[in-house]
Amino acid sequence: MATTTPARGSSTSARGLVRPTFKQPSKRLPYPIGLYQTAVGKKWVMGVTGIMMMGFVLVHMIGNLHMYEGPAEYNEYAEALRNLGGALIPHEGVLWVLRLGLITAAALHIHSAATLTIMNRRSRPQGYQAPRDYSAANFASRTMRATGIIVLLFIIFHLLDLTWGVFLGDDYIKGDVYNNVTRSLSSAPVAIVYMLANIALAVHLFHGAWSLFQSLGWNSPQFNQARRVFATAFAGLILVGNLSFPIMNLAGVVSQDTRTTPCAAEGGEETDICLGVNE
Amino acid sequence: MRITLKVWRQDGPTSPGSFETYDVPGVSPDMSFLEMLDVVNDRLTLDGKRPIVFEHDCREGICGSCGMIINGVPHGPEKGTATCQLHMRKFHDGDQIVVEPWRAAAFPVIRDVAVDRSAFDRIIEAGGYISTPTGAAPDANLTLIPKPVADAAMDAAACIGCGACVAACPNSAAQLFTSAKLAHLNLLPQGQAERWARTEAMVETMEEFFGSCTNHGECREACPKEISIDFIAMMNRDYVKAKRKNRKLLSQIR
Repeated sequence: MATTTPARGSSTSARGLVRPTFKQPSKRLPYPIGLYQTAVGKKWVMGVTGIMMMGFVLVHMIGNLHMYEGPAEYNEYAEALRNLGGALIPHEGVLWVLRLGLITAAALHIHSAATLTIMNRRSRPQGYQAPRDYSAANFASRTMRATGIIVLLFIIFHLLDLTWGVFLGDDYIKGDVYNNVTRSLSSAPVAIVYMLANIALAVHLFHGAWSLFQSLGWNSPQFNQARRVFATAFAGLILVGNLSFPIMNLAGVVSQDTRTTPCAAEGGEETDICLGVNE
Repeated sequence: MRITLKVWRQDGPTSPGSFETYDVPGVSPDMSFLEMLDVVNDRLTLDGKRPIVFEHDCREGICGSCGMIINGVPHGPEKGTATCQLHMRKFHDGDQIVVEPWRAAAFPVIRDVAVDRSAFDRIIEAGGYISTPTGAAPDANLTLIPKPVADAAMDAAACIGCGACVAACPNSAAQLFTSAKLAHLNLLPQGQAERWARTEAMVETMEEFFGSCTNHGECREACPKEISIDFIAMMNRDYVKAKRKNRKLLSQIR
């Protein structure tokens, strides 16, 4: 039986009509990195990075609920994120560590998905010629690649929109998060993009939040029934929370008109005023 | 019963192949699916044509030889049943039945609906066995095994290696087969000595031939033995553990 010793080649596997479709790596890298050379290991990585991004999505949604408290509280929350770690750590230090972690997670998640998709395509060069009848695969599991790409494109759009203010032009005020969000989401086409993307995200989570248990091998009769419940509840929670922001903005519940802090009137030159510091 | 049979005909592994349609009158509802094919083949032979090549052996659902896609479903419409145990009473008079071989890079078509499944043998060779001392049989009940554990191992051991899981999987992954073959040994005391080496070797051999699991669950639906995808989760957990443990074991000899 072969073990971690690198002596094994794929030559023994080719006999008769059947040829291996994939080559074993010529050199197996040491333990944690070597996992990434295998499909099962890549799915494990997708599970772990999925959990990291689920954590982000949840905190992001909860954090945005500050929007309903009002401009000052919302902007205070944004400033608190930049000040994570307090005076001990340079401004935005912790935030950047989190950001880099998320960028790495997203990159690994996407790279694994892409390489595994190529592997899966190659493992069935001639597809079924008659229609196949799928019975277990649901809409979410069949569309993971599509919803994943939609979410990726949306993240890029979302960063361009609210982190760099590309689309808002002069209306974009750095640091006045409340102003930027309300101005962006009060436009119907933008709000619709946000809504569609978040529906795609929820569909992605509906399968992903269940699937990760399988990929990570978290399987026990003690909680197997709860896995589907968890995935559904998580996807539903994110869907309701995230959809509420564009809807409430379109409905005018949250808007520039309701703000009492003088920032909008001032044209946003003083961010301290927007933050409610000089009130 | 009178049915229309649309079967994939292919002369050899490199021939293109196509569907051919046969009118099949006089089918008894009590026939098994393979008996119906036998009748078709008899008629083809009498007409001087080449009969349809398909694999079969025990015809009682335990050997895993038979298997084909029937109307878009591996082993046909009845759940938990191999093709040989599927009966024509599950179809209606006048039905069109479409028959296609398993499709996967690792399962090349030999002829018609017979495919070469020796990729499964490569996986078994990599570690699907235990090395036991020969000699007198050990006393019964010498090694006590809790009933639920024995049951779980038996559930996994029910795998007949027919390949329906690979055929059903949108990714042509062999995770259900490999995990069942791992679990029926890895769950029992006799399988512990080689557990981690076995897991690593079998998974890595599997990945030379088959696609990767995306947890659709199609394999479980297609499996004539209804083997649970819980075993796939166990394999995933054991594989990651094995990568660490095997390294540790290697360090023992230094």
